[in-house]
Amino acid sequence: MNPGVTEAFRPAVPAWGAVAQDVPQLRVDDLVLSAPCRAEWSPDGGRGVRVCVVDGGVASDHPRIGPVEETVAIVADASGALHVEPDSEGDRTGHGTACASIIRSIAPACELSSVKVLSSGLRGSGAALTRGLEWAIERRFDVINLSLSTRNPALSDHLHALADRAYFQRTVVVASAHNFAVRSIPWTFSAVVSVASHDGEHARGHLYNDEPPVEFFAPGVAVDVAWLGGGSISATGNSFAAPYVAGLCARLMGAYRQLTPFEIKALLYRSARNVTKGSA
Amino acid sequence: MTRESVSWPTTATNSLLQSIVTTARAIFASAAASIFVVDDMTGELVFRAVAGEGAGELVGRRFAADTGIAGWVIQTGQPMLVSDLSSTSIFSRSAAESTGFVPDTILAAPLLGADRCLGVLEVLDPTAGQRGRLADVDLLALFAEQATIALAVVQEATTLGSGPFERPWPGGWEATISRIPAHRAAAAREVIVAVEGFLAEDLEAGQ
Repeated sequence: MNPGVTEAFRPAVPAWGAVAQDVPQLRVDDLVLSAPCRAEWSPDGGRGVRVCVVDGGVASDHPRIGPVEETVAIVADASGALHVEPDSEGDRTGHGTACASIIRSIAPACELSSVKVLSSGLRGSGAALTRGLEWAIERRFDVINLSLSTRNPALSDHLHALADRAYFQRTVVVASAHNFAVRSIPWTFSAVVSVASHDGEHARGHLYNDEPPVEFFAPGVAVDVAWLGGGSISATGNSFAAPYVAGLCARLMGAYRQLTPFEIKALLYRSARNVTKGSA
Repeated sequence: MTRESVSWPTTATNSLLQSIVTTARAIFASAAASIFVVDDMTGELVFRAVAGEGAGELVGRRFAADTGIAGWVIQTGQPMLVSDLSSTSIFSRSAAESTGFVPDTILAAPLLGADRCLGVLEVLDPTAGQRGRLADVDLLALFAEQATIALAVVQEATTLGSGPFERPWPGGWEATISRIPAHRAAAAREVIVAVEGFLAEDLEAGQ
């Protein structure tokens, strides 16, 4: 074989193309093909699904959080270089804990981990966010919740590459849209599941948006979330819509292992409360 | 007098920030409204303007920028609306210790500079109205943008090393004077020159 020819070459077929009769048939459970209601997605609530919260840390001792498998933090040394270390401080603002509690409420049996990318020393550091996301992707988490974004355009290429890497390795990145009308990333990337709030009640579920870059709306107004000190508060913002969808993704992957992000998006679309059978 | 104390950008900015919190408090019918600014040297948040509860006592007070709701907003660069706070012991305690006031609801918006968060605009215990919570967040964002612009003005003036009347109105005074009746224009120029000279003396004395 010519060493300059890749395996993607097939005579008379475009690069990376396929001969139709050779494309494998995928036998999919009827439940997947239909529009399943959420109760039928993983009665075990995401058991065996590894979810990482990339945020400001998680209060692992909060009764609404449950077991946290691993907690790490992105730390800058004296030279400014970023390192991954065990998180010794935990959540100091409550944001990560709030997000984690939502995921736990949707997918109670999932395996939660945390990477802390926020601290006073890293204020506004999209580099820490990027490194934390990279760590989670390298660790091949099934679902990553990112209720954060950065306005630093210099990080676009790196974050784009990470989003694509996650997408192709079957790691679902769920990212919340910014609450302000500003340009930020990576929620605007097509490879992630981008989520913003709707103002309906929790029972309203998630809705599909056919005007990207936001793809789904989820409950994000007056959401009951865990708070520091073992308590709970009511919080509003896109930050709290993304973990709702992250929890749904965990439930889906718990029921149907090896789903691709594409398939998960399709299932989220088909199960959205505003997507119903009928002609336009 | 120090250069800063006679600097019109800082004085005008402080007035504008105070106006913003006063207006925000009125619009939201809230117990208080305040603006914190990040001190880049210490990493602390500093009360810069307060209307309502704490007005008169809190300006200049400092606290850590990596805790609580303000820390949340600073680090994420995202606005936030949270309530049921008074029932959480940890929040109540820290709020009481730092400000003497324990709100139940906080609506907070970041002051987004070009490359980082400059501070936070908070409204405490806003009255629930017709707008809805998401609309409240959007409305507060408008005020936050004004505050950000005010801070950017003083930052730009400081960076350029401008005095009270050096840069902001170069040519601007002449444009204004050109609209004054000719027989009064000469007198107007004399007043401006005299004021500039007066303030220049103060600047030299303060340096």
